Amino acid sequence: MTETTVTTTANDGPTKASRSQWSEVWRQFRSHRGALMGGGFLVFVTLFVLLGPYIWPFEPRKLDIRAKDMRPIYTLLWLDAPKVSWWHPLGTDNLGRDLLARLIEGGRISMSVGWAAMLLSLFLGGLIGVVSGYFRALDGALMRLTDLFLSLPLLPLVLVAATLYGPALSAQFGSVAGTFVLVVVVIGITNWMPTARIVRGDILALKEREFILAARSIGTRPFKIITRHLLPNVLSPIMVSATLGLATAIITESAVSFLGLGFPPDFPSWGKLLADNTDRMVTYPERVIWPGLMISLTVLAVNYIGDGLRDALDPRIRGR
Amino acid sequence: MITYTIRRLLLAIPTLLVISLVIFLLLELSPGDPMSQVPLTVPDSVKALMREQLGLNGPWYERYFKWLYQFAVVEPMVFFDWAFGTNITDGWFRMVSWKSRGPVFDEILQRLPQTLWVVGMAYVVGVLIALPIGIISAYRQYSVFDQTGTFVSMIGFSVPPFFSGVLMIIFFTVQMPRESFFWFPSFYDTTLVVDSWASFQAQIRQMVLPVMVLALQTTAQISRYMRSAMLDNLNQDYVRTARAKGLSEWAVVMVHVLRNSLIPVVTVIALGLPAIFGGAIITERVFKVNGIGDQLIGAIQANDIPTVMSLTFIFAILIVVFNLVADILYGLLDPRIRYD
Repeated sequence: MTETTVTTTANDGPTKASRSQWSEVWRQFRSHRGALMGGGFLVFVTLFVLLGPYIWPFEPRKLDIRAKDMRPIYTLLWLDAPKVSWWHPLGTDNLGRDLLARLIEGGRISMSVGWAAMLLSLFLGGLIGVVSGYFRALDGALMRLTDLFLSLPLLPLVLVAATLYGPALSAQFGSVAGTFVLVVVVIGITNWMPTARIVRGDILALKEREFILAARSIGTRPFKIITRHLLPNVLSPIMVSATLGLATAIITESAVSFLGLGFPPDFPSWGKLLADNTDRMVTYPERVIWPGLMISLTVLAVNYIGDGLRDALDPRIRGR
Repeated sequence: MITYTIRRLLLAIPTLLVISLVIFLLLELSPGDPMSQVPLTVPDSVKALMREQLGLNGPWYERYFKWLYQFAVVEPMVFFDWAFGTNITDGWFRMVSWKSRGPVFDEILQRLPQTLWVVGMAYVVGVLIALPIGIISAYRQYSVFDQTGTFVSMIGFSVPPFFSGVLMIIFFTVQMPRESFFWFPSFYDTTLVVDSWASFQAQIRQMVLPVMVLALQTTAQISRYMRSAMLDNLNQDYVRTARAKGLSEWAVVMVHVLRNSLIPVVTVIALGLPAIFGGAIITERVFKVNGIGDQLIGAIQANDIPTVMSLTFIFAILIVVFNLVADILYGLLDPRIRYD
């Protein structure tokens, strides 16, 4: 798994004096073993869900009643004569749908919801953080708004919104697209607050530095100052909160799906796969364990990447 | 300090009013109709009567203030009546659930003990495990214990409760032999009456799995905070002074360093409490604990707006109150922090 990430940089080894900032960051990141393995796993999962449908021939929604209730191939190791087939290495469900194909399909949904919700909350958080840090007139109001959002009970509200607004949006955009938009928007607007606070703090400190004064003195407009001088300098906290946001978004989406308030039954995200199969987990534990493992390992990988990034992007730690 | 507390308490009231309005509007603007479940054969005149009975007529602000009045005045007074045996609220209209047609708060009070027992116990257990782990991890930084602790807390952060819960059921209920000591029931039996040693044991046993699932998450968070707070203090000058005076290592770490490190951790513990009530929704669902989280899910699915509204608002009150408690505790414990 890790080879893919290691081979992307051939320029390791003892390089000469001049090293760019990003190669320094990469050097520090690479020394964090957990982060490297997390990165490898994230690349693997991304390829798994992106390329999986083209490699694995089974359709996730195709019923095959004769091949129903297959056990995973590895049960041969300890069961007497389980019903297995090399064509269904992880087994099939009670309607004969291939579990591996469903995991790929579910991963596509979970990962795309996670990425989209994370990007939305980053955008909102970055925007509100920058605006309230840079424009003093708006600071008070926006920070009160942030405090207000931080006091809202988020999971209950996500559940309420997913239930109440789901049918209407489904009617508007179709059941899958509607649910997708709803879940992404709901997770996005309930997770921007930490990013906003961190970005605001950094902007407040940066704003007083000499280079900003210099930029202002030659007549740079606020918009240019923000995009040219401030945003590149708050990139590292934004990246760290991006990883945390991705982890939160994936967990929240699967929690909503687990409670049966997310996607329609035909579109199994990992959380929904897990929830649908809890009734049969006594006889077929693999149907619960595999989706759960995918969620947990992906979130674990993302958390480790965040940990590594935090160290790699902090110049005080990077020097050592 | 007292002026600060009073000011914060007064500020909490408008915050809560705005939050309740936000929640109300979120429910109000939703496109669903609470009467959509009523069969089509019911004539319109009857439907109109039903709407009136549910209090669905009138503009939204009127209904909002009615709800607020019921939540803030009627229900506390009913509680007052019940507690002191007075009859002030006879003939007052209580908030009624659309699902069970009974008073919302009666149901909440029926379900609250289960949540408090399971969630509260899980939090206590989690904190009690987390503190020693954090102390040892910091004292032996980068040791095997520390590395393991970091890994376990990463797992605690990453594994969602609906997966750890299901794994525990598979392991401790399905695979474990029934007569083994480590067999635990997978669901919570509320009808169990604790009146003997055997039933007390049964009560403890049925709490083990949900408490473990919730405590794993608590432990993961608190032990990290404890570790970094200890690390901040271990390199301070006063620790060197204490060692130079010839104090025993135990006294240096457990008295001097620990007391100072606990200040931020105590506030984190207070801040995390409301979050675990929210997180308990899923755990209650997995282990079929009929607490208020389970009630909320049931009410959401049945479109029972008064119950959803009240429970969500109770969660919001918890968050605001514990934020306040954390800030005040911080000021009380740390003499360097002065708010006035």
